[in-house]
Amino acid sequence: MSQGPEVLIPTSAAEAVELFGTGADTAVVGGGTILIPMLRLSDARPARALMLHHAGLAGISETGGRLTIGAMTPLNHLAAMADPIAACVAHIADLEIRGQATLGGNLCARNTDAPRGDLQGAMIALGASVRSVGAGGERTEPAEEFLANRDDRLVLDVSFELPAAGAYAYLDRAHTHEYTALAVSAVRTSDGAIRLGANGAGPHGLRLPSAEAAASDHAAAGSAALADVALFDDAIASAWYREKTLPVLVRRALDQLKEAA
Amino acid sequence: MSLNITVNGASRTVNAEPLTPLLHVLREELDVLSPKAGCQNGGCGTCTVLVDGEPRRSCLLPIAAVEGAEIRTVEGLAPPGQLSPLQEAWIHHYAAQCGFCTGGFLMAATAYLENGGSDDHTEIAKALGGHVCRCTGYVKILDAVSAAARGDSFDLTTTAAGLHTTLKGVDQ
Ligand SMILES: Cc1cc2nc3c(=O)[nH]c(=O)nc-3n(C[C@H](O)[C@H](O)[C@H](O)COP(=O)(O)OP(=O)(O)OC[C@H]3O[C@@H](n4cnc5c(N)ncnc54)[C@H](O)[C@@H]3O)c2cc1C
Ligand code: FES
Ligand code: FES
Repeated sequence: MSQGPEVLIPTSAAEAVELFGTGADTAVVGGGTILIPMLRLSDARPARALMLHHAGLAGISETGGRLTIGAMTPLNHLAAMADPIAACVAHIADLEIRGQATLGGNLCARNTDAPRGDLQGAMIALGASVRSVGAGGERTEPAEEFLANRDDRLVLDVSFELPAAGAYAYLDRAHTHEYTALAVSAVRTSDGAIRLGANGAGPHGLRLPSAEAAASDHAAAGSAALADVALFDDAIASAWYREKTLPVLVRRALDQLKEAA
Repeated sequence: MSLNITVNGASRTVNAEPLTPLLHVLREELDVLSPKAGCQNGGCGTCTVLVDGEPRRSCLLPIAAVEGAEIRTVEGLAPPGQLSPLQEAWIHHYAAQCGFCTGGFLMAATAYLENGGSDDHTEIAKALGGHVCRCTGYVKILDAVSAAARGDSFDLTTTAAGLHTTLKGVDQ
């Protein structure tokens, strides 16, 4: 790493925000489980790297039924939460990586050679808001809006209302290493609304509004979901395979949600 | 940057770029060679060490993120010339073939046992599930960790693998 980036190590959230600025040519280092190999191989060559491990952005707090999770919270701290989070986290990598990988890194992970960022679908289903800074200052917005427009943002935290029930249906693979090719998160909110999010069905986690509108008929919702996604081929599954399985996973997630108290 | 880490009980000062993976610092600066560079992408577990008691992939950990931490590797499992009970079980059960994956497996299994892990194969497989053995000796590895969890003891001079180790000396 002879010509490596200038490394910045802020010791508070305020300092991290200030150093990040507009985020130009800056790589944010969360847990580093994706970024460190990229930097080592020069697949990423940022001018600056902002390391967040001392920035005080980790932690989970609850006020009035609303949960706020800091961007640097490691995934293993989310393992005991209600579904869809718990089931989703249990299928991300293995326990060593889950101890290092962060929620912020998962929300900012990109589908390059593998469908990364499994919690994106879960956060969409939960109706989570993402608080971030960057050019134009601070923004707090629904996860699906953040994901569609997340370049050069520093994620501070994510918050959502505790759901009445949640479910996670996924394509399981034999080996823990394998990324989840496709999964659907379903949530029933405290006022009875049903929300659906998918990961592995587009360039980032996607909401499934057409399926939500048809949610009373689980099979119809499954077919409707195909209108909401941008299926792709990768080394793990073909678009054809994803097209055949997405309706099944939507149906299963809704079936599970109905069972869940 | 200059920073301190503790490796197997000894305080060490290292000079490294903050984003250098811990694996490289251990192997190239500190001559601690049990963590192996396998995939260097987080996908194999040959580089696993304990960081403040937790198993972590040293190829993914930037050195600046572990400043001040207590690192343990195979070199620290037992005093020189001795083996930990888990290592003895490994030899007795012939759980190492080429041995390239062994260091990572031993550290992950050490953490599992120190956290009170049982001899249940499914539980062990969950804890070690991110580790790959290219020689595919998984059954033997599960047997060894189970035996150590139960506290089985072995007379290594009577096992083929143990005899071999005794003849060659374990602290070469
Ligand atoms: C063997 C292996 C298996 C894996 N399996 C899975 C899997 O099944 N599912 C899955 O989803 N992922 C998987 N991953 C990928 C990865 O571990 C996770 O997605 C993890 O949550 C990424 O978080 P991180 O903190 O380590 O990210 P980092 O590597 O730190 O960062 C990832 C990206 O997000 C950016 N970033 C990080 N934090 C922030 C922030 N606060 N604000 C703005 N940008 C930020 C970085 O700049 C970078 O672009 C796997 C990785 C490995 C090595
Ligand atoms: S070398 Fe670290 S996981 Fe393979
Ligand atoms: S013993 Fe050869 S890789 Fe495991």
